[in-house]
Amino acid sequence: MARKVLVLGELKDGKFRHISFEAVAAAKTVSEGGEVTGVLLGNSVKHLAGEFIHYGADRVVTVEHENLKNYTTDGFSQAFLAVIEKENPDAIIIGHTSLGKDLAPKIASKLGSGLISDAVDVEITGRNIVFTRPIYSGKAFEKKIITDGIIFATIRPNNISAPEKDEFRTGNVEKLDVDIKDLRTVIKKIVRKTSEGIDLSEAKVVVAGGRGVKSAEGFKILQELADALGGAVGASRGACDAGYCDYSLQIGQTGKVVTPDLYIACGISGAIQHLAGMSNSKVIVAINKDPDANIFNIADYGIVGDLFDVVPLLTEEIKKLKINV
Amino acid sequence: MNIYVLLKRTLDTEEKITIENGKINEEDAEFIINPYDEYAVEEAIQLREKHGGEVTVVTVGNEEAEKQLRTALAMGADKAVLINVEDDLEETDQYTTSVILAEYLKDKDAELILAGNVAIDHASGQVGPRVADLLNIPCVTTITDIEIDGKKVNIVRDVEGDEEKIETTLPLLVTAQQGLNEPRYPSLPGIMKAKKKPLEVLELDDLGLDEDDVQPKTKTIDRFLPPEKEAGKILEGEIEKQVSELVSLLQKEAKVI
Repeated sequence: MARKVLVLGELKDGKFRHISFEAVAAAKTVSEGGEVTGVLLGNSVKHLAGEFIHYGADRVVTVEHENLKNYTTDGFSQAFLAVIEKENPDAIIIGHTSLGKDLAPKIASKLGSGLISDAVDVEITGRNIVFTRPIYSGKAFEKKIITDGIIFATIRPNNISAPEKDEFRTGNVEKLDVDIKDLRTVIKKIVRKTSEGIDLSEAKVVVAGGRGVKSAEGFKILQELADALGGAVGASRGACDAGYCDYSLQIGQTGKVVTPDLYIACGISGAIQHLAGMSNSKVIVAINKDPDANIFNIADYGIVGDLFDVVPLLTEEIKKLKINV
Repeated sequence: MNIYVLLKRTLDTEEKITIENGKINEEDAEFIINPYDEYAVEEAIQLREKHGGEVTVVTVGNEEAEKQLRTALAMGADKAVLINVEDDLEETDQYTTSVILAEYLKDKDAELILAGNVAIDHASGQVGPRVADLLNIPCVTTITDIEIDGKKVNIVRDVEGDEEKIETTLPLLVTAQQGLNEPRYPSLPGIMKAKKKPLEVLELDDLGLDEDDVQPKTKTIDRFLPPEKEAGKILEGEIEKQVSELVSLLQKEAKVI
């Protein structure tokens, strides 16, 4: 059954977040040959429509308004609901990001519909569209279907592969005029605490440090390794509590959930709360002085040793490799 | 101030998860207040201490949840409400729970409603924003600070590590993020007092709801455990050799670099 699917494009600093294209991929599966429509909301977004289409959207609908400059629940839900009303889709896919987590339940409530949050996979089984999602912090999984109304899901970054970019793809771009008004929350200021560059929750490689890193200074060698690998730095709660780094880097049950291709845990013991944030990573490397550290139980590869010896060596090896390629 | 806290009983973080007949095995497991809801309870108590008023904690569940409600009362909440759906509903989802909570809250003149931003068991993070929408009040998710001055509210919101400073007004629903506060432990006198505090038990009937009004919109068709991880490879030898072996394994075996 061909379905009409809406995908929300998510922007950061005027550029697409990669999750937008992963959402297109999920939407293509759900659409079963139907039409995938990208939706762009913001104060100036039209120029990005082409790229959305290159990544697999069949057409794009934009809503531009001064009040959509920054994300607010009221502003974005007014705009997105207007698009939904006009398009009357069979399904909606949004990224399970800070924005998606805030917006999707609001939209679902307005539509009186179900919502499957944080899906890591989607498949068609007979007549059902089945979403797989982690529960109990990744200690188990459930398969879930929508039984009534519109198919609606948010998908976790880094789990569904985005379509290949095809710069020859073309499609229609339409604009919808919506009056965005009566915003009940006003953003006075945005304080940037995360570093520019690679987003931790979308990074393909994460180099994370724990108490074993011993100081803020110690995190520098982790950053160098992350830079060499084109990845991002994260931390355990212990390292954040000790003041070695900002809580914005914390990975764990409280903190970010990451599923990179490669997770390198340096001086992290592997408390269950930390594992909750990273155990579904594809490949896990543990570097720890303590051979009995719990982290070795879930690691694919382990080096028992002092991270201050191992990490700089590893950075050098990686750099050599990149030069030789 | 008239404050309500939405609370969920969850399996303890430390519990090992096993599945029996497609269901999560809860026998002999320890249960706790969802940790994010604990932040909400703590913040509600602190706001009451500052502005006066009353804190009511509300949960949807079965009679087992009375224990977590008593814990919240022991922390300092004034009243508790259990909406017991055990006899009426076989399955629930976030749609169900939010419709029930909103139906309960609609005539309570709540000025502030707090909830956790997510529960650590099913981790949907939907109920708070849905309830706010059904009550037609603004909602701010993942907050790390809140200051109230009359009807005016200033909030710091966590956005994947960055901060938004937000201005809004009461009535309002907020969801708590880690960093909002350090929840207190119930004191012994608190525990004694909690036994005498009111804990009201309601069923769907009492809210004028029929089970057809709250039929879930989603269904879980399977639950499974992730494949057992094979024991990893602990490398050996000189550190230099281990590092080059690791790089080679990551490149050729794992194919991630």
